[in-house]
Amino acid sequence: MINYVIKRFLYAIPILIGVNLLTFTLFFVVNSPEEVARLHLGNKRVTQEQIISWNEQRGYNYPLFINQSEQGINVIKKTIFYEKSLKLFYFEFGISDSGRDIKYDIKQRMWPSLAIALPSLLVGLMLNITFALFFVFFRSTRVDYIGVIICVALMSISSLFYIIGGQYLISKLLQLVPISGYSQGYEAIKFLVLPVLISVIYGIGSGTRWYRSLFLEEIEKDYVKTAKSKGLSEASVLFKHVFKNALIPILTGVVVILPLLFLGSLIVESFFGIPGLGSYTIDAIQSQDFAIVRAMVFLGTVLYIIGLILTDISYTLVDPRVRLK
Amino acid sequence: MSINFKNIFFLSIFLIGCSDNPLNSPYSENTTGENILYSSFQERPKHLDPVRSYSSNEYAFLAQIYEPLFQYHYLKKPYELIPLTASKLPDIKYLNNELKITKNYNEVQYTKYILNIKKGILYQNHPAFYKENGNYYYHALSNKDLANINTLKDFKKESTRELIADDYIYQIKRLADNSNHSPIAGVMQEYILGFNEYKEKLSNLENQNSKDKIDFMKVNQISGIKKIDNYTFSIILKKQYPQFVYWLAMPFFSPMPWEADLFYNQKILKNKNITLNWYPIGTGPFKLTENNPNLRMVLKKNENFRGEVYPSLKDKIENKKLISINKEKVIPFIDKAIFSLEKEQIPRWNKFLQGYYDNSGIASDNYDQAVSLDSSGDISLTEELESKGIHLSMATAASTYYIGFNMLDNTVGGNSVRSKYLRQAISLAIDYEEYISIFTNGRGIVAQSPIPPGIFGYQDGIKKYNQTLFNMNNQRLVKKTIRDAKLLMKKAGYENGIDINTGKPLVLYFEATGAGADTYSFLNWLRKQFKKIDIQLVTRVTDYNRFQEKMINGTGQIFQWGWNADYPDPENFLFLLYSKNGKVNYSGENAANYNSEAFDELFIKMKNMKNSPRREKIIDKMLSIIQEDCPWIWGFHPKSFSLSHGWVQNVESNLMANNTLKYKKISIKEREGNIKIWNKANFTLLYVLLFLFISLIVSVFIMIKKKDKEKAYD
Repeated sequence: MINYVIKRFLYAIPILIGVNLLTFTLFFVVNSPEEVARLHLGNKRVTQEQIISWNEQRGYNYPLFINQSEQGINVIKKTIFYEKSLKLFYFEFGISDSGRDIKYDIKQRMWPSLAIALPSLLVGLMLNITFALFFVFFRSTRVDYIGVIICVALMSISSLFYIIGGQYLISKLLQLVPISGYSQGYEAIKFLVLPVLISVIYGIGSGTRWYRSLFLEEIEKDYVKTAKSKGLSEASVLFKHVFKNALIPILTGVVVILPLLFLGSLIVESFFGIPGLGSYTIDAIQSQDFAIVRAMVFLGTVLYIIGLILTDISYTLVDPRVRLK
Repeated sequence: MSINFKNIFFLSIFLIGCSDNPLNSPYSENTTGENILYSSFQERPKHLDPVRSYSSNEYAFLAQIYEPLFQYHYLKKPYELIPLTASKLPDIKYLNNELKITKNYNEVQYTKYILNIKKGILYQNHPAFYKENGNYYYHALSNKDLANINTLKDFKKESTRELIADDYIYQIKRLADNSNHSPIAGVMQEYILGFNEYKEKLSNLENQNSKDKIDFMKVNQISGIKKIDNYTFSIILKKQYPQFVYWLAMPFFSPMPWEADLFYNQKILKNKNITLNWYPIGTGPFKLTENNPNLRMVLKKNENFRGEVYPSLKDKIENKKLISINKEKVIPFIDKAIFSLEKEQIPRWNKFLQGYYDNSGIASDNYDQAVSLDSSGDISLTEELESKGIHLSMATAASTYYIGFNMLDNTVGGNSVRSKYLRQAISLAIDYEEYISIFTNGRGIVAQSPIPPGIFGYQDGIKKYNQTLFNMNNQRLVKKTIRDAKLLMKKAGYENGIDINTGKPLVLYFEATGAGADTYSFLNWLRKQFKKIDIQLVTRVTDYNRFQEKMINGTGQIFQWGWNADYPDPENFLFLLYSKNGKVNYSGENAANYNSEAFDELFIKMKNMKNSPRREKIIDKMLSIIQEDCPWIWGFHPKSFSLSHGWVQNVESNLMANNTLKYKKISIKEREGNIKIWNKANFTLLYVLLFLFISLIVSVFIMIKKKDKEKAYD
């Protein structure tokens, strides 16, 4: 298995280089370093001298890919691509265009993101599985049809509606929790209740439908029929056999998103004023801080690849028939 | 000790039940009864280093911490400069080409400002000042020293020192340092003697290492700046520039102790984001104790602040010194100010209505909820807001928004009569009254010229007005008609929108930025305005970078732009049309690239004059030139509306002063009483939902049991 994991990590390198090249091209070919400098220096009284100096300070004065004025390895090293993109491979995120250390900021901001994402995932998972089992129990009945219709309706509504509606109902009308904000320690709980609740409700529609289809697929299998023919009750077939066997795709589906929980939610964090990585990315996009956006895209890719590898490993753990080679 | 989560949960519920704080309060209960002002900010400040900072959202914090030499009187209009850390207004001497004082106006080559600062002003406590055995304790930090340090608060030892003239001089040297990217370096090198040479010396330093650079700056001086004693220094300007004193009231000219610069320039601190750009150090009434612009910024009273008296309209300047009517040093009134990041408008507005923010602006979406027009057209608060004791304050900003013509363009630009008539016709066709009513909820006034209200030379549209576009009819200002505009089009050779030379329809191009719904409605509206005089307008929407590029290269034709005053002087608006500030040829702020010899000549005369009837006459002449030439469509001056709760006192609209937090006063009891009344939690719906949920669970359970018994297998 170790060989397999190493092989998968090696496969990841060309993917990461590809993603890097793509983001680099998007940012530096579309916007020249001079334009980036102009944007960050503001609207008033910007001189050419300041632009040159700003670019020099941030290493944007080098050529994009090949530095013909240099010798040896510096032909590659003294380029914007090496300085800004290849250094990401050893997790040197560098300094943001506004002058802050990106690695430090990421370390600080991943915890609030996790504080929303983890409870949302766990509570959501529990509820979605419960609803899915319930609908499967009453499959092909009115309860199932109505349930599916409600799920589709829930899926069709924009997340913004849940956020604004939730803030209006829970915080403004009922005045039970603060509308937005964040705090450290136990005080964070009152700020997390509403975003977690909204994230869970928003995910119910799609989550329940997905797990329902997994259970339905499982319930058609021969071993279920055998169990039923032995006289087992519907409930015990569903909960003891079907649920257990359907856990494999559920588990692998969850494992793949686990690393991404650190990245947070772009919209929820922005609306609730949570200082996580989601709002960090949104702010960077809005202020065109490409150094942060590049770092976050790279980090997202790495975490996704880790998620996929963890999924493969989890297969071997839950299903003894699977062996990684 | 093991953590029992069940106990923690029940303890939390119990504590919430016992708490006196409303459930939806975003603040900790520990802050109850504290003299705190609560506010919000929408955009995180990019820079808190006074050498760089140049935007109002940054000044909202910076101006409470750093103290330049002068400030604007909080209550007086027109705006009046008074000493802040200076003991009096500057002594100004005029020098000849040998740098000797002269009284002969024709001999004047240089101007010398002699500046005195008050004695005994102390900086906030800061680790950069702390010494042990005569050595600075934190000036040579190692990784080991920083093991448990993540923010400035983690440094255990702090000290202070007195403000001296060297600190102001040091900051001017920082302005000259290219690596600081000060936006005003270009302006200052034009005026301060020796500034440019110093800038070059700094750029040419062999070792750009921060410590060496700071050592160089401590020893080497700018030739035009001289320390006279610890509390006095002088600045020599290469020419007359009366507006220089306004710059001295801006955060760019705040004092900076070299100790702080050296402290923050340690690389290991930079790696922890502990930088001067993030942790200001000043002598002002407040210090920044929490800087988390992704969540909140907290300003706390500076324990070393010398105190100030609350201003009065009867205050006056005698012998350049401020004579204050009030004597008791009471400022600042509040102990702390907490600014929370609130990016979205809905939570921001609701928190204000719940009483959790002491003040708020009015976004377009909330305008109808906040403001109503009475039968006479006067603006007042709605009943809902009035019943909460909220106050509305209005002020016209010292800003202007306009549509500019690129004067280098072959069709709309140039000094030909034809293009002038075309610009005049377009200016007549665009109805800015309508624009203000549709796009700004009536919050603005139509501009007659670039100069906004409150600035010397402003034309109010009653006594003085733009005679090219308006007529006075029975004491009422009436804009000329579309018929007049069409006549101008005919004179310009574009009758019915057809170019007389080519026989083709006239097509013009408008450069726009932004892609929101507002932009598209504005562009539709603008197309309709041009259509009134049969001109086809093609709008070219692009991102801000492309837009800037077009403006720099002069390839745009018509564009929209704005300007906020740096200081309350007409020069700061009229320079936007001075030819030597042309965007294309001089990289200046004259985005229209307007070039008029007559205007330039008057501008040079006017800019060095003090406000006087003679200056006013010259300004009138300048305005009549540009009003006839129409390089801009004189747009509008925005009005700022702001709301504050009844418990906030001393709210005055002074849009030039940034350091206004020290004047604000809060009635804590009134705030807490109202917040409790307005924020009573409503559990009814929660109980109903709980009941429904339990009923659902029970019925589901029954249904499952029943179905299971049926054994109706598929």
